[in-house]
Amino acid sequence: MESLIMILVGILASVGTYLILSRNIIRVILGTAIYSHAVHLLILTMGGLKKGDVPILSQSEGPFTDALPQALILTAIVISFATTALLLVLAYRTYKTNGSDDFHELREMPDE
Amino acid sequence: MNNLIVLPLIIPIITAVVLVFLRDQIVLQRIISFVTMGFVCIVSFILLNIVQTEGIIRLDFSGWMPPFGILFVADSFSLLLVLTSSIVTLICLLYAFSMMGQRYEKMFFYPFVLFLVAGVNGSFLTGDIFNLFVCFEVMLLASYVLVAFGGGKRQLRESLKYVLINVVASWMFLVALAFLYGSVKTLNMAHIAQRVAEVGQDPLITTVAILFLIVFSLKAGLLLFFWLPGSYSVPPTVVQALFAALLTKVGIYALIRTFTLMFPLQQEVTHTIIGIMAGLTIIAGCMGALAGRDVYTIATYNVIIGTGFILIGLAVGTESAMAGAIYYLIHDIVAKALLFLLIGMMIYLTGETVVKKMSGLIQIYPIFGWIYFILMLALAGIPPFSGFIGKVLIGQGAIEAHSYILLALGFASSIIVLYSLLRIFLASFFGETTISPEDKKPIPKGAYTSFILLAISIIYLGIGAESIAVYVKDAAETLMNPSIYIDAILKG
Amino acid sequence: MKINDVILRTVVKGVIFIILTLGVYLFFSGHNAPGGGFIGGLVLGSAIVLLYITYDLETVHKKMPFDFKKVAALGVLLATGTAVGSILFDAPFLSQTDGYFNIPILGEKHLTTVTIFEAGVALTVIGTLVTIILSIGEDE
Repeated sequence: MESLIMILVGILASVGTYLILSRNIIRVILGTAIYSHAVHLLILTMGGLKKGDVPILSQSEGPFTDALPQALILTAIVISFATTALLLVLAYRTYKTNGSDDFHELREMPDE
Repeated sequence: MNNLIVLPLIIPIITAVVLVFLRDQIVLQRIISFVTMGFVCIVSFILLNIVQTEGIIRLDFSGWMPPFGILFVADSFSLLLVLTSSIVTLICLLYAFSMMGQRYEKMFFYPFVLFLVAGVNGSFLTGDIFNLFVCFEVMLLASYVLVAFGGGKRQLRESLKYVLINVVASWMFLVALAFLYGSVKTLNMAHIAQRVAEVGQDPLITTVAILFLIVFSLKAGLLLFFWLPGSYSVPPTVVQALFAALLTKVGIYALIRTFTLMFPLQQEVTHTIIGIMAGLTIIAGCMGALAGRDVYTIATYNVIIGTGFILIGLAVGTESAMAGAIYYLIHDIVAKALLFLLIGMMIYLTGETVVKKMSGLIQIYPIFGWIYFILMLALAGIPPFSGFIGKVLIGQGAIEAHSYILLALGFASSIIVLYSLLRIFLASFFGETTISPEDKKPIPKGAYTSFILLAISIIYLGIGAESIAVYVKDAAETLMNPSIYIDAILKG
Repeated sequence: MKINDVILRTVVKGVIFIILTLGVYLFFSGHNAPGGGFIGGLVLGSAIVLLYITYDLETVHKKMPFDFKKVAALGVLLATGTAVGSILFDAPFLSQTDGYFNIPILGEKHLTTVTIFEAGVALTVIGTLVTIILSIGEDE
């Protein structure tokens, strides 16, 4: 199971890389979103996929599943949520002021 | 347990949030943010002295004992940096009060600066590698907003690049964390160090270490600095000064902490790579500084040279080199903030960015000119000023470790730094003045105060180096003997 | 151009209460089951965003005259407040406490300070979510 998930992580990472390398801002932002999914899966796999019971003392006697990766992923999700939101707003403002959502065109623009 | 340790993180956050409610009361915002930073300075100074008598102290959040909970650790190294960066922010705020303009101040400028400071202080103080990631993100999110501050065309373009590069770097940080967690099953930095020492640093862990090296190099501007000149030249002057003073330094701190504490066992691999990267950074930085025509390019490439020079200290890795790196780090935080503030002021006064188009500033603003002169000498490492001791100690360490190439590169870079800054001095400060008497703008008092205070700090760091020597010595000793740090956290 | 959105408006009137109830339920169930401030806040925030989509900005703003930036700030203040509060009791930063209280009508209930922390998280999430959507949607 772990190896399958790792292959999935690889596929997601390559899709993300492909999108990030494209010229359109929205595609780049989608790429970063897919990147973050890849790494969340990676963290989950690194902690070991479900082997034991819920890590709550009153509900089972053990052995327990490692709960730390979930906590890490939750934090990482919140952070990537914030970053993606900020990126979207930034991209929108850039589009509004510069009139383009294409990185090549943006680069060739004269200053002010 | 010592709840004081968390105050440098939490006090700026709380006041930042309170300031959101006071959006229109600019005077009140100024007073509150200034008092907050002053308070943080005092707290970190008290903590620094506690650490001298009691050794490393820690705070386990909500009482979870290490290695299970998140914790903050205060040792001399991190506290020295917290103290310096808080003082520099305090002085930069003085500059902001007179130069920022009401329009920006109403756009939540002070809250974001305080969030930035909270992230920086948190990164210095945390003892948990995932928490380091979180504090990095707090700092970066604030910096994303500050880079785009004002929302001009060029600013938005550059900030988009800056954000994307940092998002990808953060992603790699998480990948490295995942592999680290998979191989040592812990996130507490002291516990990681202990586990790595127990099982030996096998190739997998060294690979993870190199991943961390790439991530932190991106943040510190070590070799992977291609994003730095663009994004450091677009925001308002105060923001530039804060970025140059704080952001790259957090990356350097993380590099030093990671490679002295957690992965010190394969020095022939990791430290060699750091050494090569530092050397190349210095060469590239010097080329940029020499080729630059406008003041921004010269100043940003000077930041890069500074980064390379500090990391020579880490690459060499002897105790005196480490002490030199710490001295130089403190000096660099102060000096780079002053450099960017002065350059921003030059542009404000003349309306030009190209060196050759400015002339004769020293005739009209003599004190301003001489402060620039002092700064130039300090950055070049000339004796009575702050850069000197760091350079000498790093040089001494390099000789002890027989790394003569790095030594030569480091000292050659001083000459280039001097040359590039002297060029600005000769062209822009000397000569006939180009500003006609009716265009002459006065330098606001707040800006002058901040220049003078930073210049005094530079002189103090040089002449009064003896007074901070105790702290630096303790910091270097802790860095060289990770067991002190590990024992303080895992035993007792 | 006027879009015919009678169906959307009618459905939203009913559905919005279901979403809000679900949000509140998720928020409180986080006590010792899946759920909590973040998820509850997301659901509540998306309900508000749905309102903004269905009716226009002005109409909703008249009925809910909050500055959502300040809602987020209030949330952060609440969350950090409980964290800092523990310092006043000389406990380590972020310590939380709980206890069983006998409340009239409801009977004996398990109450913790974590709920206040979570309420802060929920408010922050609602505030940020709506602020983001508004800052993209505000100008024409």
